[in-house]
Amino acid sequence: MGFWAVFAELRRHPSAMVGLVIIFLLLVMSIYAVIRIPYSEAVRLWRAGEVVWLENPRNAAPKWYNWFGAGLPETIKIETAAAERTEERVGESTKRVTYRLAFDFPYKRFPQELALFFTSTYTTVPPQLVLSWRTPDGREIPLGTRTVRGVERYVLSGDSTLLRRLGRAPEESLFSDPKNPEQALSGRYELVMDVYTFEPGASLSAKFIVYGRVYGWAGTDHLRRDLSIGLLWGAPIAVAFGFTAAVGIALIQFILSGIGAWFGGALDILIDRLTELRMILPLLPILILVGMLWSRSIWVILATLLMYGSIGGYKTYRAMFLQAREAPYIEAAKAYGAGNFRIVFRYLLPRLIPVLIPSFVLAIPDYVFLEASLAVLGIGDPILPTWGKIINDAYSMGAHFKGLYYWLLEPAALLMITGLGFAMIGFTLDRIFNPRLRSL
Amino acid sequence: MLENLKRLFSYFSVRSFLLLFTVVVAIYLIIIIANMGGYMDKIKESEIMEQVYNTVRGNPALQRLSPSELRAILDKQIEIAKRQAGLDKPFITRSLEYLIRGITLNFGRAEQMTSDSGSNQVRLILLERLPHTLLLWGTADLLVFFVSVFFALALSRRYGSFIDRLSVSLAPLSTPPVWFYGILLILLFASFLRLLPYGGFVDAPPPSTTLAYVLSVIKHMILPVLSVFIALIFSSLYSWRTFFLIYSSEDYVEMAKAKGLSSRAIERRYILRPTLPPIVTSFAMMMISLWMGGIVTETVFAWPGLGRLLYDAIQHVDTPVIVGSNVIYGYLLAITVLLLDFLYAALDPRVRLGGARRS
Repeated sequence: MGFWAVFAELRRHPSAMVGLVIIFLLLVMSIYAVIRIPYSEAVRLWRAGEVVWLENPRNAAPKWYNWFGAGLPETIKIETAAAERTEERVGESTKRVTYRLAFDFPYKRFPQELALFFTSTYTTVPPQLVLSWRTPDGREIPLGTRTVRGVERYVLSGDSTLLRRLGRAPEESLFSDPKNPEQALSGRYELVMDVYTFEPGASLSAKFIVYGRVYGWAGTDHLRRDLSIGLLWGAPIAVAFGFTAAVGIALIQFILSGIGAWFGGALDILIDRLTELRMILPLLPILILVGMLWSRSIWVILATLLMYGSIGGYKTYRAMFLQAREAPYIEAAKAYGAGNFRIVFRYLLPRLIPVLIPSFVLAIPDYVFLEASLAVLGIGDPILPTWGKIINDAYSMGAHFKGLYYWLLEPAALLMITGLGFAMIGFTLDRIFNPRLRSL
Repeated sequence: MLENLKRLFSYFSVRSFLLLFTVVVAIYLIIIIANMGGYMDKIKESEIMEQVYNTVRGNPALQRLSPSELRAILDKQIEIAKRQAGLDKPFITRSLEYLIRGITLNFGRAEQMTSDSGSNQVRLILLERLPHTLLLWGTADLLVFFVSVFFALALSRRYGSFIDRLSVSLAPLSTPPVWFYGILLILLFASFLRLLPYGGFVDAPPPSTTLAYVLSVIKHMILPVLSVFIALIFSSLYSWRTFFLIYSSEDYVEMAKAKGLSSRAIERRYILRPTLPPIVTSFAMMMISLWMGGIVTETVFAWPGLGRLLYDAIQHVDTPVIVGSNVIYGYLLAITVLLLDFLYAALDPRVRLGGARRS
């Protein structure tokens, strides 16, 4: 059956068409991920730790939560460069610059964190600053003074003195509505910064971040990482791993069982023993052993899988090869004097390739999920972001206890859709190619 | 009858022997994989060192020596003990010894983990977890088997009906593994609805009366068993229904219908009986993958069985326990294969009545 004939047959099955669309989208997603974020960049963003992501909120939900009326605040960033600025000379070389960092806060929920990022330049005496907070209803709350040396991060919400003075977490008390303290007061807020510099040429710039509770289309994890990067990059990895493992194992088994069926004899007994051996070898524990003692790299795991696959599983194709061996065209090949290997590789194997296709399409999701299983056990690839590793992160960080459902459900949904896509095509192909099922 | 039993017995013993041989080969392979990084040697070495330390420390004559002198004596003793244990012998000799230790699950002491009773013998740690694993997976396996056989037969009777086509088109839902559905069920029933526990074996603190204890265990088993059920039911329904359909289109079924037998008798005698052997085989394959998947599922549900143990061993990097788990899983799979072989032999008249095949 040619490619187009198979395709025409597939088109008659709606579930196979859905599967094809899913796989097409998956491939588009993979290609987009690889082009948009190069491999080294993806690894850097995923592995570099929190430093890269300081400006993201932690464990933020995806933005589309707000479409369903969640009313979660978004992250607000204001820089001194864009703020209203007044300058006053107060001494010989002392200068006071006042910045009014104003922003609209239209939410009822409190922000997650408040932080200031400073950069100051000076030679001997570092700049000082006095901070105060102005709420929409006109109250003014002093926030204390600070000396800024070089590049600094000041997390207001983590300041214990401020907490003691305000009597409540700063990100809540600064935003709370006096009439209803459990709710944020929406309106225009102002952070007033009086910066004193004591040298000519000394300066200070700052960025104020009001961390929200939503981020991007996928949200963030416990390390403030943008989950969309991991989810995007999970696609090419899952496809490459599943495809290589499935095709590799199917091909190895196919070729070896073809050769075995052709030469027959004592090989039969060996094949029987090997098939049983493979049934008894515990695949997942062995992969764990390899992962623990050798390497967790996804490629080492793949190589182990291929080796495991080549031990047995010949019985699947064996009966068909034995049947094909007796076909007249093989006899004809023998008659013209074709060698053993010519017969096996030119006549026997190609004839049965259609039988191979459904089984390897059906095997792809198994390997995708196998990778996820290893990741959930904590032996995922140490470098690459995969869907399984995101599930593992979420699960071990207690996303299911804390109600961070998106963190678990996003990678789970992608895994599920991928698995269903391949399975839908596989089952249909099975029905097309497997004559015994055809009539059923 | 006696003749049959004899034949069954001889078949069974030949199979057990072959299987035992395969198990030995499998354990040997596991040992080799483990020792490629020298870990079997390391397990043994640390055992020797502990022994030597204990004897040297317990010797009052050596107590007054300076630390460096003591160190020298220790090193020397360890060297001798190592030679005695054969650690300087070639790998082949050593590996055979490790094989025997593997077969007897004798992996010495765990590096960090202990059993609930406080022992740090790997064998005791493993055996303590075994009943929990058997309880959970035995229940789940039996449930899936009987429900699937019953409904697959019912579906094959209603071949082509809406419910039949629906269950066939749901077959792809069996692609995700058990733990995957486990997570979804935990999210739904534990996190969101707060109806059932997140995981574990029994409430903490454990109930004092036996009845309450059993009820609490059952409550903790609902979600894991349900996720096994969801993950497996559709594919086994699909493939077993197909088996039933293939066998119900045989000529002898038509013949039986022509004879006017009741459909119940036809089903029992002419369809169910010949279909059971292939179903048992496919059930064996399913159970094997279940054992493996059980590792992740037990982890997700914090079920204190072998799988969760393996996960904990990974977290603690406790190599003796990891190697031991490998071996005990090998045993579990072998026993599964043997049991189902026996079932197969009991069901398949060609095996039971032996002669027919040869004539």
